[in-house]
Amino acid sequence: MTRETGPALSVTDLETAFATDRGSAHAVRGISFSVQPGETLGLVGESGSGKSVTALSILRLLPPNGRIVGGAIAIAGLDLLSLSQKAMRRIRGQRIGMVFQDSMTSLNPVLTVGRQITEALEAHRRMTHGDARRRAAELLEEVGVPEPARRLSQYPHQLSGGLRQRVAVAVALAPGPEVLLADEPTTALDVTIQAQLLELLKREQESREMAVVLITHDLGVVAGMADRVAVMYAGRIVEHAATRRLFTVPRHPYTLGLLDAVPRLDGPLRQRLAAIPGAPPPISEVPSGCPFHPRCPFAFERCEADEPELKETAERHAAACWAEVREPV
Amino acid sequence: MARYVARRLAWTVVVLWAIATLTFAATFLSPVDPAKSFAGLRATHHQIQVVRHQFGLDRPVYVQYERYLGRVIRGDLGTSYEYSTSVGQMVMTALPKTAVLGFSGLLVELVIGLPLGLLAGLHRGRLADRVVLVGSLLGVVIPSFVLGFVLLYLLAFKLGWFPLGGSDSFSALVLPAITLGIAGGAWYARMLRSTVLNIVGEDYVRLARAKGLPERVVIGRHVLRNAVSPIITMIALDLGVFLGGVLVIERVFAWPGIGLQAWEALEFNDIPVVMGTVLIAATFIVLLNLMADVVNAIIDPRVRYSR
Repeated sequence: MTRETGPALSVTDLETAFATDRGSAHAVRGISFSVQPGETLGLVGESGSGKSVTALSILRLLPPNGRIVGGAIAIAGLDLLSLSQKAMRRIRGQRIGMVFQDSMTSLNPVLTVGRQITEALEAHRRMTHGDARRRAAELLEEVGVPEPARRLSQYPHQLSGGLRQRVAVAVALAPGPEVLLADEPTTALDVTIQAQLLELLKREQESREMAVVLITHDLGVVAGMADRVAVMYAGRIVEHAATRRLFTVPRHPYTLGLLDAVPRLDGPLRQRLAAIPGAPPPISEVPSGCPFHPRCPFAFERCEADEPELKETAERHAAACWAEVREPV
Repeated sequence: MARYVARRLAWTVVVLWAIATLTFAATFLSPVDPAKSFAGLRATHHQIQVVRHQFGLDRPVYVQYERYLGRVIRGDLGTSYEYSTSVGQMVMTALPKTAVLGFSGLLVELVIGLPLGLLAGLHRGRLADRVVLVGSLLGVVIPSFVLGFVLLYLLAFKLGWFPLGGSDSFSALVLPAITLGIAGGAWYARMLRSTVLNIVGEDYVRLARAKGLPERVVIGRHVLRNAVSPIITMIALDLGVFLGGVLVIERVFAWPGIGLQAWEALEFNDIPVVMGTVLIAATFIVLLNLMADVVNAIIDPRVRYSR
């Protein structure tokens, strides 16, 4: 567990389970992390690793069959899990903002862009509709949407994907949250647009001193954005380190596999990218022992029997692995 | 928006023309000789020829077609063989009765269907949802003539709370309207439930909650607004069908609307009345569809810009 001076967001031993037809399945199995104001944590993993469930748990917006069964979540020391629904509503938007992957589906198709920003403002602040609209136009300007006044009365489908996602950022920023959860914010975008959006997020974070949790499956996105990275696999954090360190001396075989799957500019041309064999396990069938052992090139007997704990070593670098990571033979 | 409406309007005219043409063609499929029908059972061969000539039935088909279209455009639906009065007039007398029944039935549908559908959709898998699902299934599968007769027997015949038929008082309207509304209400409940279920899982609803909006705003502004379109379409379709006469229910309750009139006309082979009713009914369906499309375009911007 990390103990620092006033993290903006701290998650401790979070466990989230879903009721399924075959009993309860744990999507998140005891994860801990914290994010300081102005810091970006990259939460990386394949789909199904529990990243998005973590974000929804923080907002306490899990689907009806999902439930937080253990752990603690706090915003600047305020315990979110003990709050009433009503108190929690005041936290959402105002103190924790959220950007979803696809603004085609996360913006309401039948409401104007302006409406979707102003309602986020008006939910938390007493302000006249005129003031809210002026503020919305300022926000659009701030996130780089041209002709903000005209865009306010347009509908989401009239905007390009890149502009739509900027609007989604404006929606999240509107009430001035101290924590921003960005769930695959650039995955649905073209690569050039991706870079622009990441730049926007970075700029906003710096000027607002926000704590950002950047959820992505793409280590490339994390490399330029995150201060620290937590790699998730099968509902657990398997490696957690400063970004630079994680990229240079990865300790978990899964991280190593992910890094090998990222194309490099300085690598040989036409080199085939390495893929990790197999697929991540469904949350209802997490293997015994280390959940990664069926796909791990370094696995030995112990990996099948015991699940390794996340152990922190030098330079605040933690990994959950029985093996000392070597180059594969 | 104006262009969208204009285009839809043009299509409506085409559809109406097609309906008129089909109705015209259908009369040639009937084994009944209209001239014989009109002249009566005891007419001589000569009398029948006179009638045939009088109605232009001895002219080539395209001339008849042209005349028929001309008449229909002018609002002349022909003359009843049975009553020798204008079909237009007969329909206009019966239509208000049908309209009263149709609108009342629709009201019952909405009052039953919308709250139950919303309740079930928002509480999936809970008791309320199950009750609504089972109840609406019953409402859908019970044939309306059975329900009508049961209601008539129990509430009108046994208990005497309502009259046995006719359309003379408000209390006479209650049973037919309920009978008409229950099946439809059950459909509305099921349809709205599945629409709401789909919408509640959408990211924009999750985002609405993530903004910290109160639940009533999330439901009212984000869920319901997106659920309205299919309901509007269904209302328009229903109303179109209802205004064309609800044959079975008008018959069970002896409600003198255009459905009952068409039923009787069929029994007498009174072709012009049947044709007139079909034409009027189809026109209602088409026009109300047009209205639904326009209203949907107002509510959902994607409709109006996409085509």
